[in-house]
Amino acid sequence: MQHKVIDTKEVVIRFTGDSGDGMQLTGTLFADASALYGNDISTFPDFPSEIRAPQGTVAGVSGFQVNIGSGEIRTPGDFCDVLVAMNPAALKSNAKWAKLTATIILDSDTFDEKGIKKAGFKTDDPVTELKIQDRHIVFAPITTLTKESLKESGLDPKTIARSKNIFTLGICYYMFNRPMDTTEEYLDNKFKKKPEIAAANKKALKDGFNYAANIHAIPNTYRVAPAKQEKGTYRYINGNQATAWGLLAASEKSGLPLFCGSYPITPATSILEELALRKDLNVKTLQCEDEIAGICTSIGASYAGNLAVTTTSGPGISLKSEALGLAMITELPLVVVNVQRGGPSTGIPTKTEQTDLNQALYGRNGECPIAIIAAHSPSHCFDAAFYSAKFALEHMMPVMLLSEGFLGNGSEPWKIPSMKDYPEIHPPIVTEVEETPFWPFKRDQEKFARRWALPGTKGLEHRVGGLEKNPQGAVSSDPINHEKMVAERAEKVARMANYIPDQKVIGKESGEVLVVGWGGTYGHLYTAVKELQEEGKSVSLAHFDFIFPLPKNSCEIFSKFKKIIVCELNSGQFANYLKAQYCQYKYHQYNKIQGQPFIVKEIVEAVNEIL
Amino acid sequence: MKYTPQDFKSDQEVKWCPGCGDHAILASIQRAMPDVCESLNYTKERFVFVSGIGCSSRFPYYMDTYGFHGIHGRASAIATGIKVANPTLTVWQITGDGDALAIGGNHFIHAIRRNIDINIILFNNQIYGLTKGQYSPTSKLGMVTKTSPYGTVEHPFNPGALVLGSRGTFFARSLDVDLKVSQDIMVQSAKHDGAAVVEMLVNCIIFNDKTHSLVSSKDVRADRTIVLKHGEPMIYGKNRDKGLILDGYSIKSVVIGENGIKESDLLVHDAHTENPGIHSMLIDMKYPELPVALGVIRAVKDKTYDDNVRDQVIDAREHAQIHNVDELLHSGATWEVK
Repeated sequence: MQHKVIDTKEVVIRFTGDSGDGMQLTGTLFADASALYGNDISTFPDFPSEIRAPQGTVAGVSGFQVNIGSGEIRTPGDFCDVLVAMNPAALKSNAKWAKLTATIILDSDTFDEKGIKKAGFKTDDPVTELKIQDRHIVFAPITTLTKESLKESGLDPKTIARSKNIFTLGICYYMFNRPMDTTEEYLDNKFKKKPEIAAANKKALKDGFNYAANIHAIPNTYRVAPAKQEKGTYRYINGNQATAWGLLAASEKSGLPLFCGSYPITPATSILEELALRKDLNVKTLQCEDEIAGICTSIGASYAGNLAVTTTSGPGISLKSEALGLAMITELPLVVVNVQRGGPSTGIPTKTEQTDLNQALYGRNGECPIAIIAAHSPSHCFDAAFYSAKFALEHMMPVMLLSEGFLGNGSEPWKIPSMKDYPEIHPPIVTEVEETPFWPFKRDQEKFARRWALPGTKGLEHRVGGLEKNPQGAVSSDPINHEKMVAERAEKVARMANYIPDQKVIGKESGEVLVVGWGGTYGHLYTAVKELQEEGKSVSLAHFDFIFPLPKNSCEIFSKFKKIIVCELNSGQFANYLKAQYCQYKYHQYNKIQGQPFIVKEIVEAVNEIL
Repeated sequence: MKYTPQDFKSDQEVKWCPGCGDHAILASIQRAMPDVCESLNYTKERFVFVSGIGCSSRFPYYMDTYGFHGIHGRASAIATGIKVANPTLTVWQITGDGDALAIGGNHFIHAIRRNIDINIILFNNQIYGLTKGQYSPTSKLGMVTKTSPYGTVEHPFNPGALVLGSRGTFFARSLDVDLKVSQDIMVQSAKHDGAAVVEMLVNCIIFNDKTHSLVSSKDVRADRTIVLKHGEPMIYGKNRDKGLILDGYSIKSVVIGENGIKESDLLVHDAHTENPGIHSMLIDMKYPELPVALGVIRAVKDKTYDDNVRDQVIDAREHAQIHNVDELLHSGATWEVK
């Protein structure tokens, strides 16, 4: 077979296997190596919620897609150039993601009668059955080769078998001309106490590489030049880590210790884990008995003067809603992070969706508006978390940060910012006041924020609580007072609009079609809009980070386009919200509720349809 | 600074029903405060009273301290957050049998398990008062209420048993009407490092009147209750002639002088022993078989959650490799683009 080196701007590779095969690790190591090599990258882990679903079944297939490029990469890619499938089930559930020109690498050892049957194939020829004979199929006996590679390692057969993902990684490193040093370093580090395992894995990696170089069965190898990136120091970051770090940045800029009361829930847990590591930065994390205690301990910590945060996903928000109302009526700063997942109820925990917008907007009893900020990319979670905390602290109110599983688990290279470029945060903490006794609900006339008197401060003793109060802080069921307090709390949230940046438009500020999105769909919508613009089409993008309140220029932006199409991973929640805000416009919709991110192609098609 | 009970009274009108036992508990806590301040060198601004929902949970409004009236059942969680965020505060949770043991049962046991340094004052009137008379998790089996017109078919919780089951370090009990004992155990609970639970047997004059009167009525109280004091023999009775002994695996009431029983045969109360065996039996004692135990039943030393958290933070900061966010952002693998 003629070996070809393809110079390309962008390559998508998808690692798939049994959830015990280590595909998430393989994908992450490949992404790390590519990021360090200088490519722009975007990743998308796609895994089941079962830790170990029955081996060899479609239910247990775990995937990790990574898009590497020499240009701007905004999405993990729609379809892959290379598909690695460690067993028949992985091939069965992922063949649909392989491009017509794709190379598919299979562990032939797993394609025996038993494996094929377990995956639910009707014939004994999965390739023909899936109608993928035209792709470049590489049957590599990966299990056997790994055993052979490590037969003198002295390790037991089970441990040896576990290295087959690293052997596979070696094959991929050959295909993509990747340096192996970062992975070797990782292995040395990870198995510091078990050098024999580190050595075995490094051997498997090299042998995989050499195997691929020797067999001449790999039709193409790819060269993806480093991306032209802005000068600076870069790192690789995922959304949940960026969220945790953005909160830490707010803690530093406000001078307030960070407190996080939380309860583990997919896909938000790693924020809590990340914060739990940071006692060195004066962080206190409390893994609570339930979601309700998560928010309630945070409300307590906020009352006591910490920057308080609670992190969860949609079902957790459901449990926290009553307490969210308490934070709202007591007018205490609190950041509530919702890393959205497929719902309703338990739904599809490991899959991504934007279906909790209505819940964020309306999911509480009484008149209970809460500010909402959405993150639009893994690294943007940093800024989104920072500003959620800044608004919460300076405006004395809870702020909900909407992230998504796609962002929380996804990762990308990030030019490391400098903290000196971030603003200070000045919460309205008071240590003495003119009036005696202290009036807890007296407001400043600009933001409408109340003052924050911390327990321990002499002379400012006061009571807050879930019962309606008058400005002096006494319980009141006076009808006029209630209406006034309701209006003032709403006005406070509305006034946040005076402090947020104008909504930007990507592309021309007027034209035929305005694509509107919010949150984690940014990369896909951006790529689709750029593609359409390159074709000369009059299409622009307005992607919203500030959901409630909306930027003040939103209406004006909408007025400049003939058509508006709102694209979101739900049945039209943002579109309906916009209809309620600016009913003079017609909003076309493109919606998808499959637990999967958009693909660029479908957005392009949806826009072309209304152009 | 010397305080008086008056310093702890807020300007708010107390709105409990006339004759409600809560008034007496408010008085005993306000009377205990100057003592607490003096013995622990606290100032008033360090006190935070936190509550959930229910009649008793209006309590924080009546104290001229920092106060947080939370939502139903969640006071333990709110109090925990306050204490962990600022361990220099002295945090008091006021709760009822519905608030702490029904809707808030989970938070209650976990606060105790963690041994967070808060004082939990549990007003147990064995009824839902604020919702006007439904049975609670401590209502006696068979009790007829609006939601149990044929009598309850549920066994009640014994709050002290829950405390022991959660490996609690402090449990005390008093009667609303016994201000002296109440005041004393409030001070002792404040002095205790860790989750201190005080069960107050309280009368609801409207919906469950006289629920504790078999033991709390002034004329019979001395003979039907025993006030336990650490290190002292378990003697009770109007004439101080009754006592408790261990008979096999059970506690038995005896009369000093009868059947050759001497004072030296009586159990001596050891509140500080970690072994919960006798504490459990004391907590379970019921009239008429045995007197109801009052006073500090258990007060065991153990590390508190908030101390452990603070120690970890101090230790982590002393050995920190990362001192600020800029350093954090540059930690791990990074690369330069030139």
